Amino acid sequence: MSRFTDLFKRLEARGERALIAYLAVGDPDLPTFLAAARAALGSGADALELGVPYSDPLADGPAIQAAGQRALAAGFRLPWLFEALSALRAEFDAPLAVMTYVNPVLQAGARRFVERVRAAGGDALLVPDLPADEAGELSALCREAGLDFVPFVAPTSTRERMAAAAEVGSGFVYCVSVTGVTGARAQLPAELPAFLEEVRRRVPLPRAVGFGVARAEQARALKPHAEGVIVGSALVERVAEGGGAAAVAARVGTHTASLKAALRGDP
Amino acid sequence: MTRTTSDAIERRFGRFGGRYVPETLIPALDELTEAYAAAKADPAFHAELDRLLREYVGRPTPLYEARRLSAALGGRARIFLKREDLNHTGAHKINNAVGQALLALRLGKRRITAETGAGQHGVATATAAALLGLECDVFMGEEDMRRQELNVFRMELLGARVIPVASGTRTLKDATNEAIRDWVTHVRTTHYVIGSVVGPHPYPAMVRDFQSVIGREAREQVQAAAGRLPDALVACVGGGSNSMGLFHPFKDDAGVRMYGVEAAGEGLDTGRHAATLTAGRFGVLHGAASYLLQDEDGQVLPAHSISAGLDYPGVGPEHAYFKESGRATYLAVTDDEALWGLELLSRTEGIIPALESAHAIAALPRILDELPEGAIVVVCLSGRGDKDMPQVAARRRATLAEQGGGGR
Repeated sequence: MSRFTDLFKRLEARGERALIAYLAVGDPDLPTFLAAARAALGSGADALELGVPYSDPLADGPAIQAAGQRALAAGFRLPWLFEALSALRAEFDAPLAVMTYVNPVLQAGARRFVERVRAAGGDALLVPDLPADEAGELSALCREAGLDFVPFVAPTSTRERMAAAAEVGSGFVYCVSVTGVTGARAQLPAELPAFLEEVRRRVPLPRAVGFGVARAEQARALKPHAEGVIVGSALVERVAEGGGAAAVAARVGTHTASLKAALRGDP
Repeated sequence: MTRTTSDAIERRFGRFGGRYVPETLIPALDELTEAYAAAKADPAFHAELDRLLREYVGRPTPLYEARRLSAALGGRARIFLKREDLNHTGAHKINNAVGQALLALRLGKRRITAETGAGQHGVATATAAALLGLECDVFMGEEDMRRQELNVFRMELLGARVIPVASGTRTLKDATNEAIRDWVTHVRTTHYVIGSVVGPHPYPAMVRDFQSVIGREAREQVQAAAGRLPDALVACVGGGSNSMGLFHPFKDDAGVRMYGVEAAGEGLDTGRHAATLTAGRFGVLHGAASYLLQDEDGQVLPAHSISAGLDYPGVGPEHAYFKESGRATYLAVTDDEALWGLELLSRTEGIIPALESAHAIAALPRILDELPEGAIVVVCLSGRGDKDMPQVAARRRATLAEQGGGGR
């Protein structure tokens, strides 16, 4: 059983929801990223998404764009991803996912990329610009290597598209909460519960909600409607405040803990 | 029925094309594909588009035999210019903008958006929006806004909002990212008018179809003027819409060679260029698999060209297919050569071309060397040079100052 499948099963049994933290690898440098990642995983994040910095992140809003730019300015190269995965895998048993745009995967060679992620201790791959109908080959490579390929569904997805996502995906399904790019939102859309209910009916995977979720009360409001939440921009903004690895880790840890508290136990 | 027609719009060109965009956009792309397929099969749509192209845009554009240019280049070939510069708004971009704006009406979308580099596509889209009563926002890199101040003013005068893009290289690539992000956010109410034969399916095929009016007219005109098909077609390639528009109606004419001219910027060996097909390799950018300029890790590299319209690290997927299949040949000319081409055409024919189109002129000496004596060549003069005058003037002054001369 994959680490993600196992995680969602265990949390389900406890009436708890998963908190998946997103951070951009190498933001603002590799040691600070690792400090932030340890803080997140040590303060209640159930899993980590390691974002691969990219020159043209067209699904991302300003916060994650800036994070990627900081990492690239610091000299991010692909080996940093595998180093980071190995380092975190040595210390944590939590599921680790890699979030990357498709072009870096193609340039590394899809098979080679998937195998390197697996060898470094990664558990899943998320590719926001690879919709289900283009994902057949990569999803098959992931399956062969024992990685979950996590599909995306959006509020605009039709039933047929949800079915297609179910077909290529495993581990969990990434539910995009808004029609838009990543970034903290003051309010989540009123139609979100109906969308998540539709996903539950169409996709037999745990649902994790991302894009826009920033604060504990939003996470708490989602508790009845999804099996997990993904928080990226709100954590990345805490990295952006800078002040050195210790200060970054403290802020990321504090915010992670408050989010996780909202997802534990009784509502 | 609709399935059959929408399947007829190519999703891939060999291994190029496809739809590499966030899931949120896929239903909108499906909707657009269906709507375009239906429009394509609807005589009423064509009648309306043809009417606007004729009465509003000023089509057909002339095919003009440039005798003094031919003579200046050795007189061994007959060179014809397809005068897209004479279109309303001064470039070929309006052909596609009017087509897509009509399509937006069919989709029931009241807001259209566009990315723009040189500003020509932005102006064309703002124009089509004014014509059809649509709301219009244009995304433009800050660097390009500086280079193309006049076009910014024109767009605003036409009632569009110009949204400055400060991310990345602040040029066309980043304006395109921002336009896609905006579309993801407003997908239910907005139609995104992509300006070139790039982007996810169905855009490359759809924009090509709207621009193919260039090649269809040229094919008839050159046969009327010269009594036969041309030996070669020449056009500049940034994203590649004017070139694909010219090339495509000739693609099954085996005797017609096609030359796409990319921007070599400061020189291919300097790394400061925009010659995607010449110096790039396979990858995904802005929703399509094609060639792009990128580093080993797949990070997209900034492009450079004196011409904002060619300053783009990607290229349309069908061009990548034409390159690999050998159907078309791609070469690159530098900024300096393009300026030479601009002056040459200005002085021999009294036509000041856009810097983009000047690349096609500048490639002629090399291309004519490969052609037989008496060859017939059709060059797409994709736009006029008015927009570039401040920049060309500044560049000339700088060159004269460097040479220590006073000039005239």
